[in-house]
Amino acid sequence: MLVYLIRRLGQSLLVVVVMATLVFLGVYAIGNPVDILVAPDAGAAEIARVTERLGLDKPMWQQFLTFAGNALQGDLGDSFVYGRPALEIILERMPATLELTFVALVLSTGLGVSLGLVAGLWPESVAGRTIMAGSILGFSLPSFWQGMLLIMVFSVMLGWLPAGGRGDTVEIFGGLRVSFLTWDGLVHMILPAINLTIFKMSLVIRLARATTREVVPQDYVKFARAKGVSRLRITFVHVLKNMMIPVVTIVGLELGSMIAFAVVTETVFSWPGMGKLLIDSINLLDRPLIVAYLMMTVLIIVTINLVVDVIYTLLDPRVRLAGTSA
Amino acid sequence: MTLLSVENLQTHFFTREGVAKAVDGVSFTLARGEILGLVGESGSGKSVTGFSILGLVDEPGRVAGGRVVFDGTDLVGMGEGPLRALRGKRIAMIFQDPMMTLNPVLRIDTQMVEAVRAHDTVSHAEALERARLALEKVGIPSPETRLKNYPHEFSGGMRQRVAIAIALLHEPDVIIADEPTTALDVTIQAQILAEVQRLCEETGVAMIWITHDLAVVSGLADRLAVMYAGRIVETGPTAEVLGAPRHPYTRGLIESVPQGKLHGARLRQIDGMTPSLLNLPAGCAFHPRCPRADAACRVMPDLATAGPRAVRCHHPLTDEETTP
Ligand SMILES: Nc1ncnc2c1ncn2[C@@H]1O[C@H](COP(=O)(O)OP(=O)(O)O)[C@@H](O)[C@H]1O
Ligand code: SF4
Ligand SMILES: [Mg+2]
Repeated sequence: MLVYLIRRLGQSLLVVVVMATLVFLGVYAIGNPVDILVAPDAGAAEIARVTERLGLDKPMWQQFLTFAGNALQGDLGDSFVYGRPALEIILERMPATLELTFVALVLSTGLGVSLGLVAGLWPESVAGRTIMAGSILGFSLPSFWQGMLLIMVFSVMLGWLPAGGRGDTVEIFGGLRVSFLTWDGLVHMILPAINLTIFKMSLVIRLARATTREVVPQDYVKFARAKGVSRLRITFVHVLKNMMIPVVTIVGLELGSMIAFAVVTETVFSWPGMGKLLIDSINLLDRPLIVAYLMMTVLIIVTINLVVDVIYTLLDPRVRLAGTSA
Repeated sequence: MTLLSVENLQTHFFTREGVAKAVDGVSFTLARGEILGLVGESGSGKSVTGFSILGLVDEPGRVAGGRVVFDGTDLVGMGEGPLRALRGKRIAMIFQDPMMTLNPVLRIDTQMVEAVRAHDTVSHAEALERARLALEKVGIPSPETRLKNYPHEFSGGMRQRVAIAIALLHEPDVIIADEPTTALDVTIQAQILAEVQRLCEETGVAMIWITHDLAVVSGLADRLAVMYAGRIVETGPTAEVLGAPRHPYTRGLIESVPQGKLHGARLRQIDGMTPSLLNLPAGCAFHPRCPRADAACRVMPDLATAGPRAVRCHHPLTDEETTP
């Protein structure tokens, strides 16, 4: 297990390094930020001054070495726009995104597994068919469109819920700002959370249903019935436990893309998270911020994958054994 | 005394291609402590018969007729509640593939304790102790530690022992053993067989031993019932059926057992293939493969009883024909 963990850790580091290089090269290729940062009527001297201050006059390889060296020390450069460390700004915005993503994760897993189980146990029933039809809708409608529909119905037409913003927040653990502990914050979170949930939930429903249908005809389920074990226990212990293995794996791996998807939701609902920040930074060509966002996301995704791998081995005893002997 | 009596059982599968009568009018009885061997080629309806008794036939299958009278009560059409109370408690089952019968993500103790507590309200500790004793009884070394293991940490033979231990937990009246040794290699097969024989004698449990392999049941079963295409074609005391088969299919089965396992048998496969249940030949389902078939065989023969034996054939073999 330890050997396995160390090997996985090494792989993760490699991914981060490769991504860092790609991110830097990719971002370097887009427009010249100086054009946006200086006043339209600025003279050549002013442009040269700003270019030098931002280090943009140096050759690309030198910029990269500086970037890499600083990155190792946790310094991803100062934002062109805010003039403050990019990482600091990202970290300020991160709780909003993580909070939203976390709520959406819990909702999509909880609802997805329950609905998928129902659809898998009774595939021919009205409930089963309705759930499946709903899930098809859920992941064929584009996310931004769903978001706007939600705003249309619940904010504009019914006026029940706010259309954007984060609402009131409170600080917990000395500094972490969260919305879900205030009524106003919670109300603001409902629509964006639903928006972010629907797509993933549809995915979980389909996976849970397919796995349930695979597990139910297994001999061990029939054997449990032959032992006289109740239906309830068979469903929630024998079927659910086997069904959760692929679901947890996929949900975990999808968490990364959920954070990425938050870009759309945050933009639609003006949710002040990292995703909204990214879109703003792209518009302003704020390179350090873009790089910092991408690096943070890579780091988060790599960490998640690592954690999912460990959870997976804990869930499935067969993998656990293979891991120890490897 | 008759403990279990299956009467004219009909279990049909309603598939898109048509109705498959996997069990079509099967009748037999089982006395207390008796071992009945249910024999037949793969696909003849043996497993479905076993599942029908416990009400474990799944969609698209359904028991379409007949009765399963156990200890005076008909189990067909009985509610799920009372049936559940019976399963594992008074009628237990062992499945064919030990690799598939234990839940891979649950520890053995979990799977045994839940079996105990499905029927008896006892503490976890007490259930665990009963599980440990049951493992000990079927010859699993250091049961205390083995209880903490997952199924994949056992060999096939050991897993089947665990399954047998689970079946024995409530000292049932009947065990339905569906080819429990088929998936195991020959030496393990012999060990399990000896173990089961010993346990049967000790506990006096009655058993329906399902197999496609006559050699397996020849030394175990008191009586045999031979199945072909969803019907019983011959029944009788084991020695009599094996010594002097009446049905041509039974003789075919005996002759296809490798030499040395049964006395004086030549190795010979039965010609032809098992017919599809959706497209059964009219009359005696065996007639396309039967060396004795004639025009009369286009009509389904009845099961004709003579003493302890019964045969479903227009031209049964006589004693002179079967003694070498
Ligand atoms: N789930 C099912 N769907 C359709 N037909 C089935 C199903 N299960 C069994 N059958 C039919 O029942 C027949 C007998 O099956 P089975 O009792 O398993 O045979 P065996 O004697 O090998 O145990 C099969 O040949 C098949 O036609
Ligand atoms: S009835 Fe006819 S075809 Fe069928 S087994 Fe007897 S002899 Fe053969
Ligand atoms: Mg079978």
